[in-house]
Amino acid sequence: MPELLLLRHREIPGLRHLDVYLQHGGYQAVRAALLEHTPEQLVDMVKASNLRGRGGAGFPTGMKWGFLPKQGGKPVYLCVNADESEPGTFKDREIMECDPHQLLEGILVTCFAIRSHTAYIYIRGELLLAYERLCEAVREAYAKGFLGTNVLGTGFDLDVFVHRGAGAYICGEETGLIESLEGKRAYPRIKPPFPATHGLFGCPTIVNNVETLACVPHIVLRGADWFRSIGPEKSPGPKLFCVSGHVVRPGVYELPMGTPLREIIYDHCGGIPNGRALKAVIPGGASMPVFTAAEIDVPMDMDSVQKAGSFLGSAGVIVMDDTVCMVWALLLLSQFFHHESCGQCTPCREGTGWLHGVLTRLEHGGASARDAQLLLDVSGNMMGNTICALADAAAMPVRAFVTKYRAEFEAHAELGRCPLRPSGAALEPRQHAHG
Amino acid sequence: MPTVEIDGQTIEVEAGTTVIQAAERLGIEIPHYCWHPGLSVAGNCRMCLVEIEKSPKLQIACNTTVADGMVVHTTSEKTKTAQKAVLEFLLINHPIDCPVCDQAGECKLQEYYMDYDRQRSRVTLPEKHHKGKAIPLGPHVMLDQERCILCARCTRFLDEVTRTSELGIYQRGDHSVIALAPGKTLDNPYSANVVDICPVGALTNRDFRFKARVWYLERTRSVCGACANGCNIEISHRGGRIFRFQPRANADVNQYWMCDQGRQSAYALQGEGRVMQPLLRGEGAFAAVEWGAALHEVAEHLVQAGRTSPGAVAIVTSAQAANEEVFLLRRLAERLGARLAGIAWSPPDALHDDFLVKADKNPNSQGLRLQGVPLDGEADGVLAAAARGEVAVLVLHRAQLLAWRERAAVEAALERVPYLVVLDGDQREEVRYANAVLPVGTYAESDGTFTNHAGRVQRFERAVAPPGEARAGWWVLAELAARVCAEAPFTSAEAAFTALAGEGGAFRELSWAALGGQGRPAAR
Repeated sequence: MPELLLLRHREIPGLRHLDVYLQHGGYQAVRAALLEHTPEQLVDMVKASNLRGRGGAGFPTGMKWGFLPKQGGKPVYLCVNADESEPGTFKDREIMECDPHQLLEGILVTCFAIRSHTAYIYIRGELLLAYERLCEAVREAYAKGFLGTNVLGTGFDLDVFVHRGAGAYICGEETGLIESLEGKRAYPRIKPPFPATHGLFGCPTIVNNVETLACVPHIVLRGADWFRSIGPEKSPGPKLFCVSGHVVRPGVYELPMGTPLREIIYDHCGGIPNGRALKAVIPGGASMPVFTAAEIDVPMDMDSVQKAGSFLGSAGVIVMDDTVCMVWALLLLSQFFHHESCGQCTPCREGTGWLHGVLTRLEHGGASARDAQLLLDVSGNMMGNTICALADAAAMPVRAFVTKYRAEFEAHAELGRCPLRPSGAALEPRQHAHG
Repeated sequence: MPTVEIDGQTIEVEAGTTVIQAAERLGIEIPHYCWHPGLSVAGNCRMCLVEIEKSPKLQIACNTTVADGMVVHTTSEKTKTAQKAVLEFLLINHPIDCPVCDQAGECKLQEYYMDYDRQRSRVTLPEKHHKGKAIPLGPHVMLDQERCILCARCTRFLDEVTRTSELGIYQRGDHSVIALAPGKTLDNPYSANVVDICPVGALTNRDFRFKARVWYLERTRSVCGACANGCNIEISHRGGRIFRFQPRANADVNQYWMCDQGRQSAYALQGEGRVMQPLLRGEGAFAAVEWGAALHEVAEHLVQAGRTSPGAVAIVTSAQAANEEVFLLRRLAERLGARLAGIAWSPPDALHDDFLVKADKNPNSQGLRLQGVPLDGEADGVLAAAARGEVAVLVLHRAQLLAWRERAAVEAALERVPYLVVLDGDQREEVRYANAVLPVGTYAESDGTFTNHAGRVQRFERAVAPPGEARAGWWVLAELAARVCAEAPFTSAEAAFTALAGEGGAFRELSWAALGGQGRPAAR
């Protein structure tokens, strides 16, 4: 087992409390950053580390920071994207619940590096325990002088606010998050301009994911070269994989970037339970294209997964065994995206509902032979044609599921029901869990 | 300045110009719903997606700034596919109730379906989402949530132009609806503009809906006469009846908007009580007469009185008069040695703001000033002279003296005047004292010009005919002037305006043709 960094709390009981955190080297990265480095050096260090965003898009973090205007008199904001709501994704939650100071340390270093004095943690509303523990950690940090004015006597000021979302997936889209923080509907903004120049309250803003920021203190303490040495050089570092579905040991795994998907499923997670066979894996959260059982020999890093036709996304690995009906699985996904489309752009607002409707009749009867093709046409018309990526998130799984399991979709249409379950009364989707 | 190629045509535009604007200048319409030149860019409808070379994805033309060397294709297969797709998406939950929809005929869904879609529906979902129907939002606007395509033009207008934010978008995804914010009513002074900018039948005008199918309506360029701002408008009419006013874009006057009061003023133009025929008082009672007889008698009286002494003829007009009418009145006054006074009256508590609505409720106060007609005080002087018996013939032209000046003084004057001529469109109270009534048309019934508060001279065109035997104001005065001055009459408002411009005053640099549809500022 490699050394745990992001999930150190699993080995150190009570790490979420500041006193325990300090006993185990806590806030040393902040000390090092504020006392031994200039902001420019820190930005360069993160650039050199090749750290890429852990929220889903995998954008190089240092490059993002570099887009901030060099001068301009407006305040710079850091927004921490803690609105973790991609189905199959539950990694940031563990960091916030069990090691919140690690995040605060990352926030402190980052704000110092980007010359920001205000950070907002936008946390998914349902993550109540994480919210409470985060708030407690923020209180502790203020009390010990790690937050507030004159941090560690360096003259650096930083305020951190924790803001709870009210239950919308779209608030995790960075400009939707900004709109929501401003008190508006979370309608993603058209870009350009990008948040780095026109973000929160019209000011330069960096939006970073929780896990991304949690990596930053380790880079400061151990250096960019060390970070780059973990996994493939172009998307390196420790990575949290959220494995759910049909594996013996589901959960969050901290593994080097680039760990093969097969190894994750069969070694770390103990393989498929009950002696069943693997049927499909979604590698990066609900919105990413699915892999068939034959496609899992892929290193789990951003570039390799993309080369294999999907995306690492949020590293939410959803494993499905051979009892799973792919039409049903896709129906659940489409239901989610239909429910969560903000409704701003026409193709997504109307397309997500259309996909959901066609999948419902494929699974429950009333479908036509043309429906598999219709799903491809509709999702094709949505892809790339909207302000944010939600339409793509809804369309990509449809394209992959239908393309890779087309016979299953056609069998549904032909039979007028799901062939994987006995004929009889139609079941509600939720009851229709195979295996 | 960047040069862009759109569908094979090249144009050089200022930096910052968007593709949709550059295309418009080339005469290429890129279809769009949410984009409106008077509002911020929303980019949500996706109808204006176009193919731009070297760009991996289609781009929205409304938010893409032209770059030098950019090559845009608005009719390529990729663009067409996206346009078709957007229309197909929009129609999934649209009720497609065109036969009973008031927007039919001026609906962008209908138009673009015919222009860019024209495919049979592939949507066979069992049920559309049902939303609210016929929801009154305020005194002038009705909402149908099912027809709404959520382009957010209305909410942006209310957020950005009126800053009143009565409407918002509620719910999410395909359940999204436009609705009133809690406790709000859409009753700001500009509320009905949301109907004009709504591209579909979601917002309809409560005063206009179900009154006419728009394809039967004729449209005439005009200028709103409800205040001194002179908002450019279009009058929709059919068979001599006015159905509505709508704003016409003029960046220097009203941008794309007009106020509700101005819009409502359309309905007062054709109210009850119009004078339908020239009237001459016989033995106590009025008799309807032919124009020739009426003009002959009035001219006789004017000429006779004009021969007695200067000031024996007095003329009171108002800022409701067009520039051409004022010009002809001045000609008469000059010939007759008459006193000419004007009145620019507005209710003391008249609605006004710092946007379009002016406290001066007259369309042509500035026109009277620029032609040197003394206002208000001079009219009181005329009345005093009349009360002293010094005025033999008094001409009231669009002047409601009893309503606008001190009543007792007016009554004293009118009772003393031996011969009173009233030129007006409506049966005014002053008619009681009149010896001759000459019915003149409203500005919707005539060609002419008004000069707005800022000195901009703007043309209005005849939309409908005056009722009965009534005639355009310029015609009546031109005929009268011809008889008094023994000259050939002006045969059009244009001719009168040309003569006015030829005088060398504030109008000297203007010509009827140059005024066009947007007007021109008078010389200072």
